[in-house]
Amino acid sequence: MVKDLLVILIASSLVNNVVLSQFLGLCPFLGVSKKTNTAAGMGVAVIFVITLASAVAGAIYQYLLVPLDITYLQTIVFILVIAALVQFVEMFLKKFMQPLYQALGVYLPLITTNCAVLGVALTNVQKNYGILAGVVNGFATAVGFTVSIVILAGIREKMAYNDIPESFRGMPIVLVTAGLMAIAFCGFSGLL
Amino acid sequence: MNRAGERLVNGIIKENPTFVLTLGMCPTLAVTTSAINGLGMGLTTMVVLALSNVFISLLRHVIPDKVRIPAFIVIIASFVTVAQLLLQGFIPFLYDALGIYIPLIVVNCIILGRAEAYAYKNPVIPSLFDGIGMGLGFSVALTCIGAVRELLGAGEIFGIHVMPESYVPVSIFIMAPGAFFVLAMLTAIQNKVKISGERKGKDMSKIQSGCSSDCMNCEDAGCAHRLYDDRADSRAAQKRKVQEITIEEIKEEDDNG
Repeated sequence: MVKDLLVILIASSLVNNVVLSQFLGLCPFLGVSKKTNTAAGMGVAVIFVITLASAVAGAIYQYLLVPLDITYLQTIVFILVIAALVQFVEMFLKKFMQPLYQALGVYLPLITTNCAVLGVALTNVQKNYGILAGVVNGFATAVGFTVSIVILAGIREKMAYNDIPESFRGMPIVLVTAGLMAIAFCGFSGLL
Repeated sequence: MNRAGERLVNGIIKENPTFVLTLGMCPTLAVTTSAINGLGMGLTTMVVLALSNVFISLLRHVIPDKVRIPAFIVIIASFVTVAQLLLQGFIPFLYDALGIYIPLIVVNCIILGRAEAYAYKNPVIPSLFDGIGMGLGFSVALTCIGAVRELLGAGEIFGIHVMPESYVPVSIFIMAPGAFFVLAMLTAIQNKVKISGERKGKDMSKIQSGCSSDCMNCEDAGCAHRLYDDRADSRAAQKRKVQEITIEEIKEEDDNG
């Protein structure tokens, strides 16, 4: 049991990295990676939301959709639940946990319709993970996201002082960097 | 009919979602490992986009402004589910190849963006053609990117061998890193066109790097919407105020005249 969870943890965070090999959550990956501390803030918000969302989505699937035999509605149910959940979390933090809201608040609306969150919920169902394994998978995926966005932000901070050809300034060079990172992450595939 | 044609041209060329607006990057990178996958994804998205545009346009007077985003999401997700079941039943090889990216059409920026920017404000027929145009633009873009990656990575296009025997395929192009490199080249070309256009004094503001330039500002593109829009009220109030002011002005003018 523990071994299985450990395998999921490594596979989802490093081997099948959510951004670099599955291309989910590219928007924040490219958009919020200018500075390391904002990237880390985004990463923490993503870990928080994805872990929570995979728990809630897993529970709803297990105890509502399966008994009622309406699993074909999963896409509709998941996206609504996730979007509502994110906004609810935002309200809750604003009301009761001001310091946390100040740290994560600006990132939460960006995650509402983030494909990584929905992607994890759907992957959990597709791979027949239970609720616990689903939560571990969600957490690991989000950790993988955080690792890659922080690395990219670090590289971008260094790159700001370089002399880049005019046409490659901005997005193109970031994409080239992401491609090189993806090659590096390919190396993890021998891990399992 | 002119307006319909204009919408088609607009979607395919002037505001091509991939080449000009740079929206919907997740599926663009993930499924373009071959031309046929790109085409399949593009056409599926087109069908969902056209149908959801029609429905949202039909319901535009019924949906309250405040809860429009969840309403859009439900409509889009329903059509995505229909498309997914149809693909599973009739084109299983495409269903297997696209996998999780079919249900993820729901969160594609292009669809929610078009619903918000066009279908919610315009009549049914133009909305339908807007959806078809945008969808075709997306399909063309995905097929082109898929063809380039397939050509470099496997020496084939649509599964037909076209490169000479001596060509050694650069298989990295059909793997994940290749997607980033192809997109990097694409955005570099985009930048080049934009920069040289601006030097000649043309208006190039339409060409944008979508969400990628700054996620904080991508609300208009449909990526970062709030489910329950608490600013809708203040917007509506502002609108009313403007209308009242203009009405008063007209009255005053009438009085003076």
